[in-house]
Parts: sequence; structure tokens; C-alpha cells
Amino acid sequence: MQIEIPEIAVVALVGVSGSGKSTFAKQFFKPTQVLSSDFFRALVSDDENNQNVSAQAFDALYYIANKRLDMGLLTVIDATNVQKEARKQVLNLAKEQNCHPVAIVLDMPEKLCQERTKHLPGRAQIISRQSRQLRRSINSLRKEGFRHVYILKSEEEIHDAKISIIPMPSNKKSETGPFDIIGDIHGCYDELCELLGKLGYSVDAGNFSAIPPIGRKAVFLGDLCDRGPQNAEALRLVMGMASAGDAYCLAGNHDAKLQRYLGGSKVQMANGIEITAEQLGSQPEEFIGAAKEFLGSLGVHYVLDGGKLVVAHAGLTENYHNRRGGRVRSFCLYGDTTGESDEFGLPVRLTWANDYRGKALVVYGHTPAPEIGESNNTVCIDTGCVFGGKLSALRYPEREIVQVKAKMEYFAPAKPLDSRNVDDSMLCIEDILGLKYLSTRLRRSIKINEEHSAAALEVMSRFAAAPQWLIFLPPTMSPCETSNLDGYLEHPDEAFGYYRSQGIGSVVCEEKHMGSRAVIVLCKNPKVAARRFKVDDGAFGIVYTRTGRFFFDDIQTQNSILERLQNQLEASHFWDDFSTDWVCLDTELMPWSAKAQQLLEDQYAPVGRAGRNSLSQAVGAIGNAILAIGSGAQEGSVDLPALLERQKTRAKSLDLYTEAYRRYCWDVNGIGDYRIAPFHILATEGKTWTSESHVWHMDSIARYIAGNDPIFIATRYIVVDLNDNDSVSGGVGWWEELSGSGGEGMVVKPLDFISMKGPQLLQPAIKCRGREYLRIIYGPEYLLEENLARLKKRSLSKKRNLALNEFALGVESLERFVGKEPLYRVHECVFGVLAMESEPVDPRL
Amino acid sequence: MILTITYTGKDTSDLGFLLFKNPNRPQVFQLSFGKAYVFYPEVSDERTTAALMLDIDPIHLARGKPGSRDGGLFDYVNDRPYVSSSFMSTAISRVFGTAMSGRSDERQELSDCALDLSARIAMLPCRGDQEKLASVFEPLGYETSYEPFVADDAFPGWGESKYVNLVVSGKVRLRDLLKHLNVLIPVFDLQKHYWVGEDEVKKLLRLGEGWLGEHPEKAFITSRYLNRRRALASMAFEQLAEGRMEPATAREPNLNDKRLESVVEILKKSGASRVIDIGCGEGSLLALLVKDPQFASLAGVDVSLAALKRAKTKLRLEGASESMASRISLFQGSLGYKDSRFSGYDAACVIEVIEHLDPSRLAAFERVLFEYAQPGLVVLTTPNKEYNQNYGIGLRHGDHRFEWTRDEFHKWARLVAGKHGYEVSFSGIGDIEGVLGAPTQMGVFRNANRDS
Repeated sequence: MQIEIPEIAVVALVGVSGSGKSTFAKQFFKPTQVLSSDFFRALVSDDENNQNVSAQAFDALYYIANKRLDMGLLTVIDATNVQKEARKQVLNLAKEQNCHPVAIVLDMPEKLCQERTKHLPGRAQIISRQSRQLRRSINSLRKEGFRHVYILKSEEEIHDAKISIIPMPSNKKSETGPFDIIGDIHGCYDELCELLGKLGYSVDAGNFSAIPPIGRKAVFLGDLCDRGPQNAEALRLVMGMASAGDAYCLAGNHDAKLQRYLGGSKVQMANGIEITAEQLGSQPEEFIGAAKEFLGSLGVHYVLDGGKLVVAHAGLTENYHNRRGGRVRSFCLYGDTTGESDEFGLPVRLTWANDYRGKALVVYGHTPAPEIGESNNTVCIDTGCVFGGKLSALRYPEREIVQVKAKMEYFAPAKPLDSRNVDDSMLCIEDILGLKYLSTRLRRSIKINEEHSAAALEVMSRFAAAPQWLIFLPPTMSPCETSNLDGYLEHPDEAFGYYRSQGIGSVVCEEKHMGSRAVIVLCKNPKVAARRFKVDDGAFGIVYTRTGRFFFDDIQTQNSILERLQNQLEASHFWDDFSTDWVCLDTELMPWSAKAQQLLEDQYAPVGRAGRNSLSQAVGAIGNAILAIGSGAQEGSVDLPALLERQKTRAKSLDLYTEAYRRYCWDVNGIGDYRIAPFHILATEGKTWTSESHVWHMDSIARYIAGNDPIFIATRYIVVDLNDNDSVSGGVGWWEELSGSGGEGMVVKPLDFISMKGPQLLQPAIKCRGREYLRIIYGPEYLLEENLARLKKRSLSKKRNLALNEFALGVESLERFVGKEPLYRVHECVFGVLAMESEPVDPRL
Repeated sequence: MILTITYTGKDTSDLGFLLFKNPNRPQVFQLSFGKAYVFYPEVSDERTTAALMLDIDPIHLARGKPGSRDGGLFDYVNDRPYVSSSFMSTAISRVFGTAMSGRSDERQELSDCALDLSARIAMLPCRGDQEKLASVFEPLGYETSYEPFVADDAFPGWGESKYVNLVVSGKVRLRDLLKHLNVLIPVFDLQKHYWVGEDEVKKLLRLGEGWLGEHPEKAFITSRYLNRRRALASMAFEQLAEGRMEPATAREPNLNDKRLESVVEILKKSGASRVIDIGCGEGSLLALLVKDPQFASLAGVDVSLAALKRAKTKLRLEGASESMASRISLFQGSLGYKDSRFSGYDAACVIEVIEHLDPSRLAAFERVLFEYAQPGLVVLTTPNKEYNQNYGIGLRHGDHRFEWTRDEFHKWARLVAGKHGYEVSFSGIGDIEGVLGAPTQMGVFRNANRDS
């Protein structure tokens, strides 16, 4: 016997104990597909024959069954299922999971079953009872709701059985397109022909034919008829294309109604069908028959292109993709409705698209509005042609919109078409909270721990700017390995060595500015900001910190800086040359004291003040003690001159420390006192610039941003050839010069923005901080021998892994934003960086 | 890091006998946090000075005990090695312990006498407490003088530093001076390097015997020595023979009490049984609501895990009965994110929350609450900015992103209510101050589509 089972289904094995269900299951299904009640009895009670725990066992069994079906997996319930109540549970599960229930009945002779179970005490009676129950129900399985029923009556039949898995009717995953998806036509035949022509189809309007360009296929989203002027013509053309294999067509609610009408059902002759009915009146009988059959054959949704594209007339939430049944059908035809009507008598629609988080692009129609509605990877292309709007098509995979204008308003809408209430600006807590694995282009699966997300939620909610602005958070950067050289904690040798060992030939060394990291997003004007960043408060840009906070408490200061940047970009023709109207820059903003004033006043200055004063008092006191004691010191007493030397060295350390932090502080009396050093042009419209080398970034910044307005400065850099000793020692010398004259040090980067060794992402940058600078990190006295020796024991592995993950997330968030992905997709990356930053890592690294 | 004690008079080098430290034998002591040195910068008949100098290991402070995974209590960039702090007190006990006990093998009579002593305490942190130096030391028979410093000479704009070099001089017994210093240095420097618990109460009582009980600043000294831990301070007070701490008088209800009272009253009248407190903080409102059986189901949401933890303690949810635990739930959430856990409540309270939101994020909050959660009733309070004139301040809290006048609040609230099908009414909470209104303003939003 040929047993056909849909790819997603609940299969109930039905048969008395001893009928061979488990053996059958083992023979025809994967072990993980089969959920056996005996197994679950054993799981909950350690005894697979314990009938007293049936309730608990089935509870657990159905729990797992639901999880499997959530994942779209075929699930076999191996239980006797001879009682109607037991089967009811199977049917409910199938209904709940929007798939078909299948019954495979093993109707074996009772004697055989008795024979097989005679070793089990008390089983004989049970089997007799089960047999009676089976007899009573075997003929009514279909009536109960099983969509497929297979009855096997002997061991031979079982032996000869073959199982084939058949795809769901909606499964067209092997169809990869390209497609031209066309919205609600409503009998607008002229516009349809024009649109098809515009899409490159050879259209013969008089003969109702359209032939697609080679390789392409049309997908009609339904609502071919009603309200418009030429319903029969539209129907003819679509039917012809479908039968030629040039088009798929879905049923819309109007098509379903028309089918019922043609089938003789009584329907309410309103909302446009009255027009269609009249037009069809003059059509030949055989056309009506063909139309009836065509409409009856239409599916309500398709899953295309390996699952990447889903089409349905009124859209479809993810859990209904590739499922079937009344609820799915009704969603596809009518959308996500509450059942209520609004003041115009139109159904109140829930905006499922705002919550859509699925991977597949969903293209749908049904809800007319003046413009295309995009939200969270869903696109509504009903632009109300019949109401005088436009007929729209979406080219897939190009995602290009092609439209023609309606020649006139053919039908007056019940209420004026206004803008859609789809938008993806609302983020959900599930998008970010809890354990997450984010997959990025550069690193496949990045784990975000629940506790870190929880910590990040607080920072993000209390301090960060609106999420729409945050398209990137800067990744942390690892320092170089600890130096072996005496008197150094960090030295460029290690950074060069790392890249050389990873097969990198040349690196860029960039001067490291000591200020605060600032990301700048600037739009050409507030309109661009509203359109591209969906902010509606008139802002045209933002300067934010590494944690997504407004850099300046005072919006005036921010805007003055943004205006100056705008003037600069205007003057340098940046907007034109980069063909963009917005830009995102990664920068360092100085002075350090601008952002770190509190830290300076609470920590850095006090340490210097207390240290200098105390040590000079100590030096004075020891000096006096040396004089006082003269030559009278007793044997075994403390060596005061040595103690004096030590305190003098410490005092000197404190002086150097004070000089070190002072270099990065100056008073800011106006905008002109800030210095901003951009070092990455991260993204502009349609493009991230991570494909360009760091030399390109440095040069482009020098050309377009720096050098004119004094607040924008270029960053000094050199290129070092790691295989040339002179070049390498030149690099070391450059670092010594920078850090010796008070600089923070330098950042070493491979030439390419993104560097890989095989599949492994390399550190995108490594910092080598100057000896003096490090005093403000590791303390004024860190260079004292006994201190440095201990500080050299530090572990960088965690920091390095964080740096890679955060970099991958940073690049990913930019790419998603530039690729116009929904806000939640950008935000989850940005949030991920913030979550990683709450991981406890030595903050000195 | 350095303390000097000077004895003036006759045969002052006897100070060595009193301290048990020979002036001709500079010594070093190994302490858990570094080294302590004792030496004499001056020795003569008329005037002898002993110095106690600490060389605190900065790496140890930052990294913790060897093998510690959590690191130390302090940053690498840290003033501890350079200031007079609890480390100095510990060193006094360790190095001058015998002297502090008053025992002197060679000069007991001198040890029992009040002498002309002065102590110079280098770099004592006492931010804002300079005037307390006199009121704390002078009742003990000292004259005080101190030298303040600017924070950084290169940046006069940064103001004064918190440190002073303090000199106290008087006619006192050496043991008393040492005890006074031992107790009073950590009174001014607030960062203790040890856990302040009941042991510290005992230590305080022991060192304070004979002088702390009648000290006019004993409340200040006790409280500060015990890190402002009230329970410990009252324990100390009860044991100080002379004093009892004034019992905490039943305080007047403050603005916060009144605010919560008003909210509870509205909730009670509304008949709401399921209430969610969004931005519940430490759970003050929930603590009031839980007493009333009308509220069958309560939830508290806050974005701060620390606040939720405190709320959990306040509401005694740890180890609570199942029925109590199922009546109250606390969870982390944010007003910027749509959250199905906010739905299904008769009433939502948003008490003194919105002013902590950046204005650019208000729109998201409105939608999360009014469009998606849709409680039948929303009780929302926020400061009335006009009233700030009475306080003479701009904003009432450093974290407030904005405060609204009544007009501004009403305008916003009406707009929100209109957009989402609510009706709103307004009232004030607290004493009304003429034209300025009440300090807190409240909006009560009723969902027009619901009967509640």
C-alpha cells in the first residue's frame, strides 16, 4: 500500500497493544519522529507499562509534539489511539498546528496481538477491550477529522507498505524565480497590460496574452476581479498565463467570493462583485466554466525560493508559513482581522507586519494605500489602482518596485486611502532580552548572554539615544600582547608580530588620539533624517558615545558641531562624490576633559594632588631624619638613604603622571576648542565603506573632512611593511616619537578594514599605548620595577574575543541598516555590542 | 601616607620610650596592605618628632589578595596610597598599639601625663567637611589648623581639592592623641578598606571610651565612623554609657508619601484588581497595594535589576508563600520596547517615571503603554516644573531629562489620550502654592472603550 503523508503532519498510529505499532514506527520513521506513549510512561515513572501515569505521560508527549511541529517537523504519535477521546487530542494538535492529521491503522487479528503480549500479566483483557473500541471507531476516522486514513490488515500488508512524503501544497521552494509579483488588479486590465509591458513582458492585450522575459515568472497576489472596468479580460489573461506555466496566481478574498458565486452559492452582491457578475454575463458558458475551475484551483499562499519568499493575498505571519487549514486560509484571504468593523464598515485590521520577525520576505496586497508599505521584511504592494491609485509590481529578488498609474478612479473607496499604519519602529522586548545567538557575516554565531542583555537593557533604556539613530556602536579594541622588554608594558613589536604571524604583509599605524570615542551621524537635512532614520523631531544628526548616549548634554553644542561638519562636507562636495545624503563617521573627540571632567575631578586630579603633596612631605621628613640620626643609626635599622631614594622616585612618578593627564585636558570655551578626528567613514546611503583600506579612509578624511575647519583634524599615519626590517624599526621609532611627546600611542591595523586568515576574522586593530600614557591607566607608579613585573601578568584572550565579536556585530549592524533591513535587525546587533560591553573584562585593557 | 607626632617640652626624646620606638633605630613593619616605617625627622631635648609613613602597595589594592579573581576594592589610579585614611588607623593600632594602651615600661608617669603634643596629618580627605575639623577636634582640647589645596594648579577652574594637611595640637596624653587619630581620621575619609560591621561598633566603643560619650559631635562621629549605617550607629549609641540616640520621631508624611497615597486612593476607587506599576523602583507603591485584598494581582516592572532586587527584599518575596508569590510578580522591562507582559491589567501606574526618559523616546513609551498594553486606567505623575520656583532650582533631580509646567503636561496628556482612546483628568499632589500649583501633577487616563 502506498501511504502518502504531507511533509508537515501529525500521524497517529492506531492499533491495539501488540498490533506492532512500535515495530512499524521503527521501520518507517526516524526514531526522533516517533513519540511513543510507552516511552513517555517510562520517562515520567520509570515503568513503561505503568497505566496509572497516562495523563502525565501524554502531557509530556504532547509538549514535545508541539515543539517539533513548531519547527515544522513531521511527528508520529505511537499510542493505541483506539479511543475517540485519545484521537481527539491528536486532531486538536493538528488543528492547533495548522497541518493535517493522518491515521495509520494497524488492524491486526486479535489472536496475533494476544499471542505477542501473553508474557504481560493482565494484558489479555485489555486487548479485548481495545479491540472492541477499535471496531467501533475504525469506520468513522475520516468523519472525526483525519484527512488521510490508511488501514493495514495483515503482516503482509505492513510488509508491502511504502511511505512517501508529499510536499505541502504551498511548498514551491524549488521555484527560485526571478519573479514579478503583481498586486491587486480588480479588473484594471489596461493598467495590467501596461504594467506587464513595463516589466518586459510581450503583451498582446487583444488576445489576452503576455509572455514573460526568459526565466521570469509572474506571481499574482489575487483580487483579479471586482470593482474595475474589465474583470473578464483580466481574468482571461491571468488564466492564460497560469495555464501556460508563466504565472502563479493566488486567491484573494474577492476571487474566493467570485468562485462561490459562480459555484451557485448565495453571496452578498456588493463591494464590486455586482460589476463582475454583470460583465461575466456576456461571456460564453465555457469561459465561465473555466473561470470557475481556475478560481477553485487557486492556492492561498506559496513559499518560494528555498523558503526566502512567501506570497499571500493579505500577508501571512511566520507560524502559518507552509501550513494549511481554515485559519491559514482566512489569514491569507482577509488578513489579521479582529472581527470588528470601523466607522466606515471596514474590518479592523491588526498590523501583523509590525510584529513580523520572520526571515522570509512576505509580499502581499489586499490593503490599499497610496504608497508601498514596507515593514520588517514584509511588503504590501496594493496601491489601490481601482481607486485611482497605482498598480504595483515588486521584482524579486531585485526588490525593485515597478508601477503604473491608474487611468482614472474606477470605484470610490469607502474611506479615503490614507497612509498605512505599518511601521517597524516599534521594538519588542523579545528582540533583545534573553539568551540570543546572532549570526553575522563575519562571525557565524555570536552568543549574547541573558545577564549581559539585562544589564544592557538598563543602559540602553536609561541613557541611550533613540534606537533609530544607533546604527553602530564602536567595538572594543585589544591592546598588543604584553611586551618582554624591560620598562615596557606595551610595545609595537608585539602588534607587528601578531599581524606578521597571521600572514599580513603591511599594516597602517595611526596616531591614537586621547579623547572620547564619538560616532557622528549626519544627514543633509531634517527631511533626510525623517525619511532614513525615521526621527520626527526635526533633528538632522547626532553625536553619540560608545554606549549610544548623546555625547553632549546640551543639544545646541551638538548641533553647532553638526552644522560645521555639514558646511565642511558641502564645501568639499562630499555629498555628491559619495552620492549620499547622510553619513556615519567613527571619530575621536577631544579634549578628553570634555567628556571626562567628572572623572578628572573625582579621580585623576586628586590622585596627583595627594600623591605629589604626600610624597614631598615624606621626602622632606626622611631627609630630616637622615640629618637627625647622623651616624647614630643602630645595627639592623631601616636604610634611610635608600628609603629616601625610593620616595624620590615615587615623587617623580607622580609628577610624570600629573603631566600625563594634563596633556589631554584643556578648557573648552566654545565650539572652536573642540577637536574631532574622524578615522572611519563607516557608511553612506546604500554602502558601507568597510571594503576600503584604512589608507583610503585616512586619505578620504583628509581630503573631504579635515584641514579646513580647525575643529576637524586628520590623523597622522604611516604604513609599515612587516617584512622589511627598516620599515618595522621605522614604525617603532614613530611610536616612540608619538608617545614620547605625550601622545597616547598608536593603533595598528591591517591595510584592509576587514582581514581574515582563512575563515578566521583577524583583530581589526591593536593598540600600543605609550609608556607615559599608561600611567593614567595602571597608576602613577606602574613603571616601578616591582609593580611592572606583576602588571605584565595579564590575560588578553577574553578582550580579544570581545573585540572580534563586537567588530563583527558593528559591521553587521551597518550592513543591515544600509541594506534597509528592519530596525529590530539593526538594533539587535547594536544591543549585542552593548551587552558584550557589560561583560566583566579588565577595564585597563 | 605620612603622620608625624611632635612632642615639645623637656627631654622630649622620651617620646621614643612612650612609642616604644627608638629614635636611633628607624623601623619597618610589614602590614597586609604594604609597609609602615617609623623614623624621627627631629630629635632634641626641646622638640622631638616621630613619623609614621606608609608605603601602600597600589597593585595589591587594585588586584586584591594574591589569587583573587574579583580584583581589589580600588582602581589602579587611586588616592589611597597617598592620603590619610583607614589604612593609617590600622597602622596606628599595629605600630603604636602598646603606646595607645597607655603602658610604658620606662616612663609610665610621663605616659600618664598630658603633654604638649601635636600631630600633622598629611592629605586628609574631607570634602566639604572643613568646618567640622574644628568642631570635632577642639572639644577634645586641640587647636586645629589646616592647609587646603586647589585640585590642580594648572586648571584653576577645577576648584579646591578635597584634601587638607591638618595640624592638631594640645595638651593631651599620648594614648589619647593616638586614639583620637585612630577614630577621627576615618570619620573624615569616607572610604574604608574593611567591611564595617558589628566589630567596628566594638572597636569604636573601646577607642572612644572616656571621650566619645560626651563629645558634642558624637552623632556625627559615630555615624561617619560606621559608614552611616543607622542600625550600627544606634547600637553604638545605646552602649555609650552617657547617651541614647534620640528615637526616630514619627515623621511628617513627605511628598512621596502623599503621592503614593493619592495613587492608592484612585486605584481603590477605580475598583481595579489587576495593577501593574511600571517603573516600580524599590516597590514602595506595591508595598502599599499588597496590603489591600482588592488588588488580586500585582506586577512591578523596572529597568534596573538592582532596584528590582531591593523591591524583592522590601516586599519579602524571597521565600514567600506560593499564594503571595503568585499575587505579585516583578520583572525587568523597559518602556522603550513593546512587551506583552504589560498587557492584561486593569490599571497601570507610571509614577515619577516619564521625566527620566529622553524626550526622543517618549513616543515609544506612549505606544508601548497606550497602544499596546492598553490598561483600563493609567495613573501617571510627574513633577510640576512651575513649583520649582519654591525650591529655587531648575530640575529636581540630576537624571530628569525634562520637567513640565502644568500646561505642557496637559497638552501632552490630552494628545496622547486622544490618539489612543482615553479620557484624561488632572490633579495636583502636595501643598498647593498659589499660582505655582502643587509640587506633583497627576494625570488619570481612563480607556474610553472599556467599562471600568
